[in-house]
Amino acid sequence: MNTSSLTTNIDPSLVDRKQSKETEECLRVNKLDLYYGGAQALKDISFGMKRNRVTAFIGPSGCGKSTLLRCFNRMNDLVDECHIDGEILLDDENILARDMDVTVLRQRVGMVFQKPNPFPMTVFDNVAYGLRLQGITKKRVLEERVEWALKGAALWDEVKDRLNENALGMSGGQQQRLVIARSIAIEPEILLLDEPASALDPISTLKIEELIYELKSDYTILIVTHNMQQAARVSDDTAFMYLGELIEFGDTNTIFTNPKEKATEDYITGRYG
Amino acid sequence: MMRNWFRTGTPFIWLDAAAISLALIAVLGLLLLVMWRGMSHFWADPVYDMGYDGGRLIAEFIETETIPAARLPDYGRTEGTITRHLVKTGNRDILGADFRWIYDEKITSRETPADVLVLERVEWGNFYGYLKAVYEQDKLVAEGYDAHQALQERLQRVTDLREEIVRLERKEIGEINYELERLRLKQRRYELDGELTDEVQAELDAERAGFDQQYAELQKRLQALYTDIGRDSIVVTVMDGSEINMPLSKVIKAWQPNGMTFFEKLGFYFESLWSFISDDPREANTEGGIFPAIFGTVMMVLLMSVMVTPLGVIAAVYLREYAKQGPLIRVIRIAVNNLAGVPSIVYGIFGLGFFVYVVGGSIDQLFYQEGLPAPTFGTPGLMWSSLTLAILTLPVVIVATEEGLARIPRSLREGSLALGATKAETIWRVVLPMASPAIMTGLILAVARAAGEVAPLMLVGVVKLAPSLPLDGNFPFLHLERKFMHLGFHIYDVGFQSPNVEAARPLVYATAFLLVLVIVVLNLFAINLRNKLRERYRALDN
Repeated sequence: MNTSSLTTNIDPSLVDRKQSKETEECLRVNKLDLYYGGAQALKDISFGMKRNRVTAFIGPSGCGKSTLLRCFNRMNDLVDECHIDGEILLDDENILARDMDVTVLRQRVGMVFQKPNPFPMTVFDNVAYGLRLQGITKKRVLEERVEWALKGAALWDEVKDRLNENALGMSGGQQQRLVIARSIAIEPEILLLDEPASALDPISTLKIEELIYELKSDYTILIVTHNMQQAARVSDDTAFMYLGELIEFGDTNTIFTNPKEKATEDYITGRYG
Repeated sequence: MMRNWFRTGTPFIWLDAAAISLALIAVLGLLLLVMWRGMSHFWADPVYDMGYDGGRLIAEFIETETIPAARLPDYGRTEGTITRHLVKTGNRDILGADFRWIYDEKITSRETPADVLVLERVEWGNFYGYLKAVYEQDKLVAEGYDAHQALQERLQRVTDLREEIVRLERKEIGEINYELERLRLKQRRYELDGELTDEVQAELDAERAGFDQQYAELQKRLQALYTDIGRDSIVVTVMDGSEINMPLSKVIKAWQPNGMTFFEKLGFYFESLWSFISDDPREANTEGGIFPAIFGTVMMVLLMSVMVTPLGVIAAVYLREYAKQGPLIRVIRIAVNNLAGVPSIVYGIFGLGFFVYVVGGSIDQLFYQEGLPAPTFGTPGLMWSSLTLAILTLPVVIVATEEGLARIPRSLREGSLALGATKAETIWRVVLPMASPAIMTGLILAVARAAGEVAPLMLVGVVKLAPSLPLDGNFPFLHLERKFMHLGFHIYDVGFQSPNVEAARPLVYATAFLLVLVIVVLNLFAINLRNKLRERYRALDN
């Protein structure tokens, strides 16, 4: 890579960071245990994820994949009797620490839910919601960012003439892409997708998958899915979870063609329900 | 066989239909009865000139009944039945009463001459008779056939003059009185503060002299108007044939019901209805209009809404969103629900004992000391009435808002939180707007309850006759400390405290109908608003 000539007059520390960004793990989970009251939902989970890759979490219902995903933006804080041990490092900072500002964390780690949940406002206001929370009120800035986010979510062409219509009037697939646009409008580093296509028809699903593929170049993406083909199509890495444990984690191709664990193979070949 | 019929559910459908029909009939029947009894009062009924029992009667028929003769031992016979009529003869100043019962059998002749004249007067109720002549001072102006035309023309002039007098007395002299009272309080305040120097006193006196002079001028103008309005008079004959000279200034309205066409009567009807809605009451509330009562009711309900909504919503947000759901919160919730069941008079007593005497008394001590011993806020008034009703309707708003908050899907809250919103931002930007239809529902119920409430108001601010409206042109325009009139209390007062029960009866129905109408209008307004909000936040439905 011949970058030295181009970067001679650039602060070397920036270059370092840029390079480290490409290769370094940006997210690391260390010995994570999670309890709902007395029941343990996640058991001793440890792994790391690299920047700008798509990681899929698969496993049967109730295996804890959504729970794990919700740890990354501390959504589990909302659950009263939830207790977490261990640590999650985002750029070497423990996000589970007590003094972590969750609102700042959630701006860095965006999340898209299973069912499209646009707010009952106009398309524009939906996308601008997170920006306004950050105190951006200039109309011109908001318009620019909203357009940029909608283009990023491949929705701009469909909604550019109806930005002031209620978002609830859109189709399910459009709503889900709107929610993605809403998330990327505040430029997070990581996007958490919790079964983003499970409530959608096949064509909308395809659009979402294409979108994930495109978003990969700018964001680190974690996706929970029930659909094995989807995991195989969109992800670079795959994690298989079972009964709260991380059974296997690795390159998607390897997991799907040559899994190390018997349980993974059984699940992928359809021996569980 | 029977069992199968039950299993089909048909009997339940019939029961449902019966229950709904009953409810509908009850509501419609009530409304129609009140409306018919109240609204027919303003129609110009024919006036009969009758030969009766050897004499003569000019009267309007009000009611007819047939009773067994045995019930009237003085009548002269005890067999069979007697038909009798309640008639309105008016002329209370001459006859002593407006109404009397007459026996059908004793009516010897019955005519409806076109020139029978009815006068609505400033006092003594209606007059029935014939117009003989119209005079300007002592000069005869018109007589006989032309007299009615002349009467109407001159009556218009008198009406204009009377309006001018009322405007002068109410508005201009009222303003001066208000200013003089303000000056008196100002002087008192200086006295209390020990700052009443000769200089200040001179200033105040100068100002007062200015107002006194203005007052004298107005008084002169008023005097001129009074002379002017007393210029014309009419001579009328009553049913016993005697002639009466009546100054036109005592007459409000004159009409000849028997000579009117249907459309004239229709015009007359709406004119009367309008003056009932827009005029002040006269003669211990048995005559005139009910405008101050309508105004007071609406004003009080609006103020109540302004007070109860924020209070109820904030309480509900705490109970549902912030409080840790435990036994304590459950107890609080039960207590709130029970508050809705406390008899309203208890709230009235609480309002009087706490708001009026304690809070109002303290406000007077702190801010209105110059007015003491006459209380300003330490006496029943609009403010305390609205506040008392706000407390009364608070549970309704809290419960409705809580239900609304509980219905906001979790996914939307999470969506907001996941974008980096704090809990407060989420509640403010997403949850409360979406709960607004439910808040409106609470407000609608609160308005319906508050507008119809009378008992507590009798203790905390409603009066039979308020000298001025709580909203006028004198600074600070909205006078929360003033007493006010209320339609509900007006019904009670006119119906049961009136010296003239028969005359008041149609007014009771008319007032009741208007009260229902006011509540319906307020509710429709709120429901319309809620439907708009629902349309906007219809996410809840899927």
